Amino acid sequence: MADMELTGAEIVCSCLRDEGVKHVFGYPGGAVLNIYDEIYKQTAFEHILVRHEQAAVHAADAYARCTGQVGVAIVTSGPGATNAVTGIATAYMDSIPMVVISGQVPTAAIGQDAFQEVDTVGITRPCVKHNFLVKDVRDLASTIKKAFYIAATGRPGPVLVDVPKDITQHSCVYEYPKSVSMRSYNPTSKGHAGQIKKAAQMLLEAKRPMIYTGGGVVLGNAAPQVTELVRLLGYPATSTLMGLGGYPAPDPLFLGMLGMHGTIEANMAMQHCDVLLAVGARFDDRVIGNPKHFAKEARRIIHIDVDPSSISKRVRVDVPIVGEVAQVVDEMLKQIKASKEKPDQTALKAWWTQIELWRAQDCMKYDRESGKIKPQYVIEKLYEVTGGQAYVTSDVGQHQMWAAQYYPFDQPRRWINSGGLGTMGFGLPAAMGVQMAFPDAAVACITGEGSIQMNIQELSTCKEWKLPIKVILLNNGYLGMVRQWQEFFYEERYAESYMTSLPDFVKLAEAYGHVGIQVEKPEDVEPALRDAFGKYKDRLVFINFLTDPRENVFPMIPAGKGLSEMILV
Amino acid sequence: MRHIISLLMENESGALSRVAGLFSARGYNIESLTVAPTEDATLSRMTIVTRGSDDVIEQITKQLNKLVDVVKVQDLSDGSHIERELMLVKVRASGDLREEMKRMADIFRGRIIDVSDKTYTVELTGPGSKLDAFLQAIDPAAILETVRTGASGIGRGDRIMKI
Repeated sequence: MADMELTGAEIVCSCLRDEGVKHVFGYPGGAVLNIYDEIYKQTAFEHILVRHEQAAVHAADAYARCTGQVGVAIVTSGPGATNAVTGIATAYMDSIPMVVISGQVPTAAIGQDAFQEVDTVGITRPCVKHNFLVKDVRDLASTIKKAFYIAATGRPGPVLVDVPKDITQHSCVYEYPKSVSMRSYNPTSKGHAGQIKKAAQMLLEAKRPMIYTGGGVVLGNAAPQVTELVRLLGYPATSTLMGLGGYPAPDPLFLGMLGMHGTIEANMAMQHCDVLLAVGARFDDRVIGNPKHFAKEARRIIHIDVDPSSISKRVRVDVPIVGEVAQVVDEMLKQIKASKEKPDQTALKAWWTQIELWRAQDCMKYDRESGKIKPQYVIEKLYEVTGGQAYVTSDVGQHQMWAAQYYPFDQPRRWINSGGLGTMGFGLPAAMGVQMAFPDAAVACITGEGSIQMNIQELSTCKEWKLPIKVILLNNGYLGMVRQWQEFFYEERYAESYMTSLPDFVKLAEAYGHVGIQVEKPEDVEPALRDAFGKYKDRLVFINFLTDPRENVFPMIPAGKGLSEMILV
Repeated sequence: MRHIISLLMENESGALSRVAGLFSARGYNIESLTVAPTEDATLSRMTIVTRGSDDVIEQITKQLNKLVDVVKVQDLSDGSHIERELMLVKVRASGDLREEMKRMADIFRGRIIDVSDKTYTVELTGPGSKLDAFLQAIDPAAILETVRTGASGIGRGDRIMKI
């Protein structure tokens, strides 16, 4: 048995089995037929057939986001691979661990403009952490092992393995490597002890401290450490869109999300703090606006990140610490607990008094008497009905911001959205990935009528797998975020942002075998949600909420402005 | 400021395009780039000449280090180093020019490596500034063709980049 040879296709399946993969999302085609033949014969993992490759990659991505495991997708060569690119780029921008296996034309046909040939390694190079073209079946298992290792370690990211069809036919002895050693890839895991000590000292000396957490806290499983740190010090905390859930949002120490659509208190505290601790966050343009206008007052920045290239990229920092955030914050906690110094309570009290003044402006208020369905209200009700315990995926646009603002996540990996790339069409396939990982969990996909139509075909996949996702469509008849920018910055010239000829979403849901509900009045919002999560608990329910078409997302910082230049409601 | 960056990377297909792609994707400029395998056939050594502010150069070295195939990165400009470039120049060498070109090649310690009735091909090695000086010293109309390799660099003395 020890010397039994397996074909490349068998090896692919064996590697996935030995890697402990339970779910693979994909779509077959000519170049991967051998692999699919082996998938048919095996029982180690389930394959979920999607209706478009982009959805396979988004589903695998969301599977990774909610479980912390590496997501896996398989696509065929040519159009299969190009359809996957948006999904791969989405995962890359948000640092999601994922392995994509793509078929390729046979080795001898590469470069011949063969049928369904595309230079997949070339096309995906700028949007993967790494990629491989396997040219010898004897390298296949070790390459797949490396792919999983690279995807999951350091700053995570998608890794693509391109497998030519003849490689899936060739055979060799199979052995799955137990470990990986690469001289060119050794991510730093432990933070520099001296730097951590310096940072702890600086934090304890702060008069106006601020803790700013990002997606790295969620990805690095550092939520418990960060939560402990914030509570131990009693310092204010904020989070980026990607970091939501990293610190419990209902907690009074949490100032809400920061950035372009962040709260006044979070953005102002960022601008006026004297010591800023950034954890797994990268000071991107949607978060701090124009770096020239960022925190002009004298302040010192401590930045913890596993990726050295994220440090001092947009903003110079004073104490850089490269390492896994959980390890670094753990060490920092030890230092702070051991230190004789304590935070300056008088200064801290004055700082909190200032913050409470900002908070008292109640920037998240909205008109509750309009008689129209306000999208914010729908999210608030969704929070109530699900007890704040749902997995919430979203698409991209106004609804995404309202979801982030009005659904206070109290644990990590519950908020699944495309933050970096901003991919419309992400929400529904992402919900599929989450529901496959957690079949009994409440999963809501908050979406808009623009986004949902970008991957609406997946209602068919949901039907096949009986996924009881709740699609919360905030339908304002506009590409709302585009419309909002046009209202503010283009003198209300609404170029191509009005969606006419929308389908009858209720009938559409029914056509796919699901439950469709239309809600036109505010008083019907809650009952519809209760039905969705109660009476129709086991069904996919598609609720079309006809919301106020003129509602905008506030506060808003125009692009290129500083954090203090907010437009308020 | 001008920087000369050296890197060792896995000698895999596509490794060069990862580096070139990184520079174009992030808007960094490349003045020259040379690459060839080392005495260890599994490793390639690359020399990149680039320009940028300190912040940009810091990002360039970090981003290069982030590439999975890159084993080591060193900014040679951080310390004393030597850089050399090879140039082949085909020049007009008929009539009066024939003697003149021979003399110029000698002055610049170049070698004439190919001769025809009307042309010389001169091989010249040195820092880029020396090659520039040679091209400026001769009559521009006499230059028929030039090929330059771009700079290769190495640290001085005990400064060694190896794995």
